[in-house]
Amino acid sequence: MSALRAWTVGLFAIVASTVAAPAQEAAQRAPRVAAAANLNFALTEIAKQFERSEGARVELVFGASGTLTRQIQDGAPFELFLAADEEFPNQLAAAGLTRDTGVVYAVGELVIFAPKGSPLTVDERLEGLERLLKSGKIGRFAIANPEVAPYGRAAEAVLRKHGLWETIRPNLVLGDSITQAAQFATTGNAVGGLVAYSLVLAPGFGNRGTYAVIPQADHPPLRQRMVLLKTAGPVAARFFAYVRSETAHAILRKHGFAVPQ
Amino acid sequence: MDWTALRVSLWLGAGTLVILLPLGIWFGRFLAIRTFRGKLLVEALVTVPLVLPPTVLGFYLLVTFGARSPLGQAFQAVAGQALPFSFAGLLFASAIANIPFVVQPIQRGFEAIPANVRDAAACCGLTPWQRFLRIEVPLAWPSILTAAILTFAHTLGEFGVVLMVGGNLPGETRTLSVAIYDRMQAFDDRSAGVMAATLLAIAVATLTATTALSRRVSRQRG
Repeated sequence: MSALRAWTVGLFAIVASTVAAPAQEAAQRAPRVAAAANLNFALTEIAKQFERSEGARVELVFGASGTLTRQIQDGAPFELFLAADEEFPNQLAAAGLTRDTGVVYAVGELVIFAPKGSPLTVDERLEGLERLLKSGKIGRFAIANPEVAPYGRAAEAVLRKHGLWETIRPNLVLGDSITQAAQFATTGNAVGGLVAYSLVLAPGFGNRGTYAVIPQADHPPLRQRMVLLKTAGPVAARFFAYVRSETAHAILRKHGFAVPQ
Repeated sequence: MDWTALRVSLWLGAGTLVILLPLGIWFGRFLAIRTFRGKLLVEALVTVPLVLPPTVLGFYLLVTFGARSPLGQAFQAVAGQALPFSFAGLLFASAIANIPFVVQPIQRGFEAIPANVRDAAACCGLTPWQRFLRIEVPLAWPSILTAAILTFAHTLGEFGVVLMVGGNLPGETRTLSVAIYDRMQAFDDRSAGVMAATLLAIAVATLTATTALSRRVSRQRG
């Protein structure tokens, strides 16, 4: 039975070691910031700058704005929420979960993207997409889910404007967030997609394909609003102010956002 | 490699074991030696988490304990924090999801003990507790270990419930499996790859261990 005994001892060792290292560093935990998926790179860089110049840290959690809103309503311990639209922060404000109605901190842009080797040619009028649709060789086309992601709604508006929505619908693959849509669009599972400009410019994205920026007038403006939640502490409030600083604005522009004046 | 996420995962696995193992031994043994009306239904209920989509469990937990439900508000008033999106909430969800992984092997283990062995022990004048600790537990021990290893491994692999009930909070509810998803979303395939390989290695090691264990036992029992 000695092997059995060894297993038993091993098991207890695992249990004991993990129990002995308590997860209670929570005392001075950095405030948690919920942020729209399309901010993944811009905000990570802003938070690094913030830490360097202000000496304080925030913890970033990225997800679909709708998912994060739902989590905040269900009691998730966030102190600041940077959404990919205005509707979700307004919803939280109406529910009395925020300090005030917050501010618009960035305006997003949409691009049509085609991965390397895709039969899709990209242009701002979506003419290449229309040709591909007519030829019947379209395959899958990725957008974010219009139900939960603002970039999905913008994508729907663009497709509707060009009269492609009804025809392309059976071919759409919906990402839970704009990042997931970009994932679908790049990994060769789709001929392309409508994704956030900020993601196409992202470092990890590399040169995975070609893109064209969609004119702002073709979809409702992608104004992104942020709000401090009722639970916000001083560090979260400082980060809120920092996102509106010149340094942060420069970073946002570099990552494919316009910034409000 | 996200070490914090690995630690959260190991913590979750260990915590689930600490909660479920004593309960599982008690209940598995109970199911093994008792017959009663409705036992089939009880056994089916124990197995339900095995076939239930994790989203179903996640949905009910959020609806029941979310900050907008009366129960959730009561919990928040007492504990100072909502149950979802906390480690405690994750532990709770994980304990429910793992019930079949603990109870079933243990039940089989106790069922395999012949009734005459228990009777003989009773004849020798052992008290029920002595019988349990000196005869039954040692005989069922391989099954108990199998249950523990399976539960631990299964907890490490849990994804749906964790993402739904836990969110994705670093150091609190971001387990290794969620961290892989998070890194994929950030196009950081390298980190995701390292963590995926880690989980794969743990899974293979675990299954090798349980197989070796059951071989050894069947050899011993002849």
